[in-house]
Amino acid sequence: MSERENILGRIREALQVSAPLPGAHGETSAHTHTESPASHAREWLPSVGASVEEQFALFAKNAADLKADFQLLASRDELPVALKKMAAAEKWSRVASHEGELSNFACKALGLPVLLTDKGYDVQAMEKCDVGITECDALVAQTGGVAVTSRSAGGRALSVLPPHHVVVASREQLVADLPAAFALLQQKYAPDFPSMISFITGPSRTGDIERILVLGAHGPKQLTIFCI
Amino acid sequence: MSTFVSDFKTRATEKAGDLRHRSVIRTALRSYEIVRDKRKAAFQSWESARQAAAETKWEAINHLDKHLVALTSKLEARGTKVHWASTGAQAREIIAQILRDKKARSIIKSKAMTSEEIHLNHALEKEGFTVVESDLGEFIVQLRHEPPYHIVFPSMHLTRGEIKDLFQKELGDAPSDSPEELTMVARRVMRQKYLTADVGFTGGNFAIAETGMISITENEGNARLTAALPKTMVTLMGIEKVLPRFSDLALFLPMLATAGAGQPMTCYNTMYSGPRQPGECDGPEEWHVILLDNRRTELLADAEQRDSLHCIRCGACLNVCPIFRNVGGHTYGTTYSGPVGAVITPHLRGLQDWKHLSNASSLCGACTEACPVKIDLHHHLLQNRRNASASEPAFFERLAYQIFGLVANEPVFWSLAKKLGWLTQPLQRAVKGSALDPAKAWTKTRDLPPQPRESFKDWWRNRK
Repeated sequence: MSERENILGRIREALQVSAPLPGAHGETSAHTHTESPASHAREWLPSVGASVEEQFALFAKNAADLKADFQLLASRDELPVALKKMAAAEKWSRVASHEGELSNFACKALGLPVLLTDKGYDVQAMEKCDVGITECDALVAQTGGVAVTSRSAGGRALSVLPPHHVVVASREQLVADLPAAFALLQQKYAPDFPSMISFITGPSRTGDIERILVLGAHGPKQLTIFCI
Repeated sequence: MSTFVSDFKTRATEKAGDLRHRSVIRTALRSYEIVRDKRKAAFQSWESARQAAAETKWEAINHLDKHLVALTSKLEARGTKVHWASTGAQAREIIAQILRDKKARSIIKSKAMTSEEIHLNHALEKEGFTVVESDLGEFIVQLRHEPPYHIVFPSMHLTRGEIKDLFQKELGDAPSDSPEELTMVARRVMRQKYLTADVGFTGGNFAIAETGMISITENEGNARLTAALPKTMVTLMGIEKVLPRFSDLALFLPMLATAGAGQPMTCYNTMYSGPRQPGECDGPEEWHVILLDNRRTELLADAEQRDSLHCIRCGACLNVCPIFRNVGGHTYGTTYSGPVGAVITPHLRGLQDWKHLSNASSLCGACTEACPVKIDLHHHLLQNRRNASASEPAFFERLAYQIFGLVANEPVFWSLAKKLGWLTQPLQRAVKGSALDPAKAWTKTRDLPPQPRESFKDWWRNRK
């Protein structure tokens, strides 16, 4: 018999005795038995506000708490200006990005040499880039983070290898909360999901030395989110 | 006395009196408590979220066979190779064989407690492979040749000064003791390792049966890089990690972050559903997932304690445990320490050898209250005590209680015992804590309160 069958056999034997339901100390279940226990998660997670304005304000506050840089731009024309200012201040000389309506617009505005990941790339060359510019799937107001996938954001490495990750997003990509973000991903991709889906909530960080926050442990030290 | 008990007692005595250790741990955990409480308060209903999380894990664990079959068929449909390992030795051999087949030399690892559980690094190094831990805390303890101190904060027992000295000695690079600069040293060391490693190794936090995904939670980006750059990816995960649905993560990810580190969300929560797919530009060519039993099915067979398989390894019960905070993580001598470690280790490694851990508890219940999936931890500690004494009764303890029962039930004996106690207590004080003291286990570090001259019964009888 294979180990698979051995393990499944032991599991089935063990499960012949049923276990008490959780919270058996006189508590009642929070859901009806026809739906999943987590289906009401929205009612218990941190509140997000009803209007889009409130949700953008919450996103901005959460992003600031995470030490991410969030810039809500009034129009598309402001993006080249903001990017060029950032490029000059940080002395960018090489950019890594991927094909996409917004990412192409951002790269063109910068006018710097661009490494595109779409058709394969040299990882050492990407390591030498100053910034990775990607699109995303969603901005999550509840957490101040973004959701990216290997399909929407130029693969797996682009959003973590360069020291600065710049996300270019459009306003309609804002979702209220995590349940909405998961629903959106499922609707957009199922059953053919990209091989990687990542919720990025702030720049890379560690607290492994005396629990003191340090940004840029292995991934980007800076995360900028432009929303137009 | 087995060496596990005596080792535990020796280390516990040493650590409980170590003021430096105490101050490092208290400082770290005080800041944890403040941020965790703040994040919990941000939930509209943390209690309802806990109940739903508990019920979701109950559903997952009590239909584990069905979910594992669904998970593996989804994973395999997208080209992932799934392996099953009943024991740690089997898992080690599967992993070593993958490395031999790939003619790999160097392995970059992101944090995985399952790999500690099966002592993977040691086995691979013995075969000549180079293994580098990429999580900063894990990297630090690897340089010190010691196991992680805590399942979430592996190096929380060290000060920046000690880490600076360690980096100076092992890496020849430690510009100062600033956490920022020390982190940058590790970042520089690790960068080239990512680019050149043959195999990337990860653990897994959740496995989604519905969509065939493995979700990895981390702050540093080291797991993201581990799963992006090397040509082969290997993931080792306990069979209990399943969740039924993709949408369950919307609840579990913020709860894990809140309970584990007081964060609204951990920095990177990443779901992998396969190796590099057609049309994708990077990612591993091959992905091997190893599902590890290693006596988890024995825990599953104990219906009373089955909910301890709901554990999402957030470490919240360690952080609030008065015993853990005094004796520290290494004292346990187990991969999983603190209350949950005390509950599951006797099942995973033998009840009689590890039953002493269930006594390393004040039964205050702080662990049960802190658990985001409502595992009934402190009752399980009692059940372990009961099971241990049922399978191997302690003769002298039983005799002592029988004698006590006899004395306490007979007023004549009782008043005689009182008089004896009153007469002998001054003698006990003379030998307190020494080898001659019959109560030395208790009195070595504590005072026996003096017995009052007049008992309640005497007072009642003599009252006017």
